[in-house]
Amino acid sequence: MSSTTTGWVRPKIEQNWLTRLLDWKPFLIIICLLPALGLLAVFLTYPLGLGIWLAFTDTTIGRSGRWVGLENFEFMFEDPIFWNAVFYSVFYTSVATIGKFGLGLWLALLLNNHLPFKSLLRAIILLPWIVPTVLTAVAFWWIYNPQFSVISWMLIELGLRDTNVDFINTAWPARWSLIAANIWRGIPFVAISLLAGLQTISPSLYEAALLDGSTAWQRFRYITFPMLLPILAIVMTFSIIFTFTDFQLVYAITRGGPVNSTHLLATLAFQRGIPGGQLGEGAAIAVSMIPFLVFATLFSYFALARRKWQQGESND
Amino acid sequence: MSATTEAEETQASAAPPSEAMAWDSKARRMVTIYLPLACFLIILLFPFYWMTITAFKPNAELYDYKTHNPFWITSPTLDHIRLLLFNTSYPKWLMTTMMVAIGSTILSLVSSTLAAYAIQRLRFTGSQYVGLGIYLAYLVPPSILFIPLATMVFQLGLFDTPFALILVYPTFLVPFCTWLLIGYFKSIPYELEECALIDGATRLQILRQITLPLAVPGLISAGIFSFTLSWNEFIYALAFIQSSENKTVPVAILTELVTGDVYQWGALMAGSLLGSLPVAIFYSFFVDYYVSSLTGAVKE
Repeated sequence: MSSTTTGWVRPKIEQNWLTRLLDWKPFLIIICLLPALGLLAVFLTYPLGLGIWLAFTDTTIGRSGRWVGLENFEFMFEDPIFWNAVFYSVFYTSVATIGKFGLGLWLALLLNNHLPFKSLLRAIILLPWIVPTVLTAVAFWWIYNPQFSVISWMLIELGLRDTNVDFINTAWPARWSLIAANIWRGIPFVAISLLAGLQTISPSLYEAALLDGSTAWQRFRYITFPMLLPILAIVMTFSIIFTFTDFQLVYAITRGGPVNSTHLLATLAFQRGIPGGQLGEGAAIAVSMIPFLVFATLFSYFALARRKWQQGESND
Repeated sequence: MSATTEAEETQASAAPPSEAMAWDSKARRMVTIYLPLACFLIILLFPFYWMTITAFKPNAELYDYKTHNPFWITSPTLDHIRLLLFNTSYPKWLMTTMMVAIGSTILSLVSSTLAAYAIQRLRFTGSQYVGLGIYLAYLVPPSILFIPLATMVFQLGLFDTPFALILVYPTFLVPFCTWLLIGYFKSIPYELEECALIDGATRLQILRQITLPLAVPGLISAGIFSFTLSWNEFIYALAFIQSSENKTVPVAILTELVTGDVYQWGALMAGSLLGSLPVAIFYSFFVDYYVSSLTGAVKE
């Protein structure tokens, strides 16, 4: 019955041991960090190590493997399909990144003007990024259909072509089609992030440059671009990492075909590891992505370090 | 191109243009801003339009471009949706996806709120490095982790259950939410907490009664992000779930609706449309939180 009264009376300074323990800072810190760090340690750090270990074993599904040293890697390096996947991963990442950032920057500059319905526009533009990738990939799969492609139909109606466009049934068209789909999905994120960056640039800089008689190109080159660079570096690092390790789009549209020509490293690792059952080999392919990611992360770190890092910033 | 639009903007604001120049600038604005913007919008939205229109088209129109214009439906039908809802386990897939998304969102929201509070407010030696570590965890992509995680999930006996997904999704949700919430907590004045401390409040009281109520917008945007990210997740769900009834919507559409060589395009598109709707609706309610936190997270 004391509980009914404590609501009214000011809490006493005397507290029981549990309250005091929870108020003891070191204990509180550990309690607060435990769930997040525990989850990350068990499901992220440990599997990362386990993955590297698996790459040196001949584990298959249902049988724990033994240490085979570099055998997986030796096999991999002689495998033309692997080298094809490396080539396409690099090609896919570089072309898609250039496309995404070129078009995304353009869209951001367009949106930075005074426009009616600005927030509605931003909301609509983000839509491709919100909707599950696989579901839009299915839509692209249908758009790229060899028989009933709407793009082919349009081109034929306009008299630009006589036959249907072959989007995904031969190697190079399939590669370009996947890149186009990836760019389509990536533009909104890049545009909205860069727009945020553009809006932080003070208009007085442009006014000063205008008074000094600068041309439009000079204002872009010497004000907009350098001011945008820190955000550009972060967004680009994220984009590169997630494009390089992309899986969904390729798996949904071509599953690595035709004749393994559009395999990325991730889809190849999946194909060997899960349906193929060769967990060791799949892990070795996945591990071979790590050097690239480390490089991208270091790039990000140093780009970020040029400005103060987000969390460290308020310390002094 | 981009530079001209900017010149446009600055010129317009710098000097009030004369009548003739105003018209000229209006026409130029049309060509340099509205025209490209319209092209962008059409291209970005076209797949959704195509998805929607295919979902309601009868098969006769779907495969006949000669007599029917593919951009329009003459006799819309609900057949594909009926097929989806009553002849497949689509409702079950939706339920599973919803459950997984909500479960992992709650789990990661709780743990990342506590972690962000500890890092941002209970300053301790090395808190910066813990923050950096969590940030780096975000850079580890699922494509590297799914094979070892599959063996782990198997050994834990969680293979083919939604619980595996609820436990695994926080690996990419926690870093993101923690990062976002650290930024948010930083914007709440520390003086408020100091006042409460002086009044004799315990740390937990402060967290519950002062910091968290003020951080509600941040919590909402972290929640939306987590929900959409777990709704969209694909590779883990593909690798860990085998039985048809436990699949999530994205995986089920690709693996269950595509059987043999005959694709049910109408049903596939209807499934994609229905699978996108919950996220799109959810997002449209909170779009302002979403955009501001997305841009805020990048801006700092």
